[in-house]
Amino acid sequence: MSPAMRRVGLFITCVNDALYPRTPKAVVAVLERLGYEVDFPAAQTCCGQMHANSGYKRDAAALAEDFERVFGGYDAIVTPSGSCAAMARDQYPHLTGSDIGERVHELSEFLIDVAGVEDVGARFPHTVTYHPTCHGTRALGLGDKPLRLLRAVGGIELVDLPAADQCCGFGGTFAVKNGEVSSAMLVDKCRNAADTGAEYLAAADNSCLTHIGGGITRSGGPTPIHYAEILASTA
Amino acid sequence: MSTDAAPIVPAASLIPAGVPFPEAAKVALGMPQLRRNLAHATGTIRAKRANVAGELDDWEALRDAAAAIKADVQHRLPELALAFERNATAAGATVHWARDAAEANAIAARIVREAGAEEVVKVKSMATQEIELNEHFEAEGLKAYETDLAELIVQLAEDKPSHILVPAIHYNRTEIRDIFAQRMGDAPVGLTDDPAALAEAARLHLRRRFLSAKVAVSGANFAVAETGSLVVVESEGNGRMCLTMPETLISVVGIEKLLPTFGDLEVFMQLLPRSSTGERMNPYTSVWTGAREGDGPRDVHVILLDNGRTGVLADEVGRQALSCIRCSACLNVCPVYERTGGHAYGHVYPGPIGAILAPQLEPGRHDDLPYASSLCGACYEVCPVKINIPEVLVHLRQQGPHEPAEKAVMGAAKAVMARPRLWRTALRAARLGSMPWRRKGYLRRLPWPLSKTALAKWTASRDVPVPPEEDFRTWWKERQR
Ligand code: SF4
Repeated sequence: MSPAMRRVGLFITCVNDALYPRTPKAVVAVLERLGYEVDFPAAQTCCGQMHANSGYKRDAAALAEDFERVFGGYDAIVTPSGSCAAMARDQYPHLTGSDIGERVHELSEFLIDVAGVEDVGARFPHTVTYHPTCHGTRALGLGDKPLRLLRAVGGIELVDLPAADQCCGFGGTFAVKNGEVSSAMLVDKCRNAADTGAEYLAAADNSCLTHIGGGITRSGGPTPIHYAEILASTA
Repeated sequence: MSTDAAPIVPAASLIPAGVPFPEAAKVALGMPQLRRNLAHATGTIRAKRANVAGELDDWEALRDAAAAIKADVQHRLPELALAFERNATAAGATVHWARDAAEANAIAARIVREAGAEEVVKVKSMATQEIELNEHFEAEGLKAYETDLAELIVQLAEDKPSHILVPAIHYNRTEIRDIFAQRMGDAPVGLTDDPAALAEAARLHLRRRFLSAKVAVSGANFAVAETGSLVVVESEGNGRMCLTMPETLISVVGIEKLLPTFGDLEVFMQLLPRSSTGERMNPYTSVWTGAREGDGPRDVHVILLDNGRTGVLADEVGRQALSCIRCSACLNVCPVYERTGGHAYGHVYPGPIGAILAPQLEPGRHDDLPYASSLCGACYEVCPVKINIPEVLVHLRQQGPHEPAEKAVMGAAKAVMARPRLWRTALRAARLGSMPWRRKGYLRRLPWPLSKTALAKWTASRDVPVPPEEDFRTWWKERQR
């Protein structure tokens, strides 16, 4: 691997910036453990997905241009969000004509496809069920990459989530605009998660986990956790 | 038996029409029997489809081929439509052109009258649903009888279809038994809800209609330009009866149904049955080319229908919606459709395809439909012609009008996100402002004034996380020292 590729730009996403600092910290821990030099450009904010998907194309394009300015100098950009990576890869070409998305890797893509590792030397002696988030799985085509990383974690016991491929009902502003339908989807997801009896519900997107977690604090069930935090754990 | 059964209440009548999707959906969500019927039916078809699609190792190549053929059709639609007209006419059919529903209905009614008939039998067809042909005939004193089992159920119940392929998907068999017993007139005494008994009752009821009908009305799944042939794909054989027995046949065909060559059918005849009913092969496929003496109808009419399609064609992103072969796979996998059913969409095309087609066919109406999706992408994953439905949904959202309040919030969010220092200040303010709730970690209700905004809908069923005290940026800066 070229020395430049040993240096990666970290895009933490606006959701993690505001609510989940522990997730990007975990990404830093995993990448550094594997010998990468992580850079965090402080001028980063949001990839523009909320604006694009809610129909505000011009605002989204402006934020996409900002992203390009902040991250344009990196050969590899790593982010703990399937959704934001898909935004850059699928939508930037239409919004700004930028192909920077090809250099944006969701964490599991980077670890498996670029770094070529599945066992990142983690230990997490708990039962975990995994929810494959929609944008990560379908738009980005992550397949079972996050699961492969989780399977290699020491002490972990993975439990299958029933109807795992069903959307949790988040969908950004959908959760508010079509609140009732979204809630009906959430209820099913929370029930399925609780039925696994797992201690943790892992996923590749904290926005989905915010939604599911917001239901679970009411109805009970596993504790939501970004899978990067499991990979960072050496307990 | 028929007297003690529950009264027939058409499902469509319970769901308010002409209201925005979220309101109609709310009503549908509150109907437990409807939800159970839908979840059961979509779940069953979904599994069947996944099985048989998974069997073919060239499934992805077939999807690519289908998408390419349809894109080609869209690029040279005028040429193909004229070729179809030429070849169908040469084979003895009469081809009519209809700009909109009114023209198509008027042409169809005129042909029925000229044939000296007052009633027609119908093959299941989305195009005639779209132009409301039955209602138009009714107003003209003509009667259209549906012969597809599910369409028959819907017609007897005076309901509206709730699914493209299985219009009565919202009914279970007990409800269907009640509809037959009370509305069919010649339903056998003591009819049970055994599926075979129900099918037999319908068969006997329909047979008399087939034998007496002088005119049939159909749609078409495909129209082959090269030969002037029409193709109807169905599973009950009722279509075959309608297409062969009456003397006059009228087919209403959307112009997007054209295919360049007969050979193209090879691709679609593999994709369609597996995607729609989850069958490897289609039971009844009828192909006819014009009219032939002593073989089927003598008077064959084709009404080529635009009804908004050329407008859709003009939109480079949106036009892929015209590739749809109405298999309904996207409905069956859609988590929104599964919970609301079709009536909530307020359009003959419901579910994901409806959400991108209805607002394009009728610009300015159905602006709520592109939002009836979480953009989960399950539809795109199964679509046999690879329509990127999420892409079109987002594209339509970007054209549509926005509420002033939402516009203000989005504008403010963008203004902050476009200025990194302001963004950091906002995050700091949020951390400080949420101190009172930090210990609990989440909020059940948003504090004022947020509780007065649309965001409050979030807390109807979910808690809100409270920003933690720690922050990534400070941590990062400290460890850089
Ligand atoms: S959009 Fe695709 S999946 Fe949906 S009905 Fe049309 S062809 Fe089938």
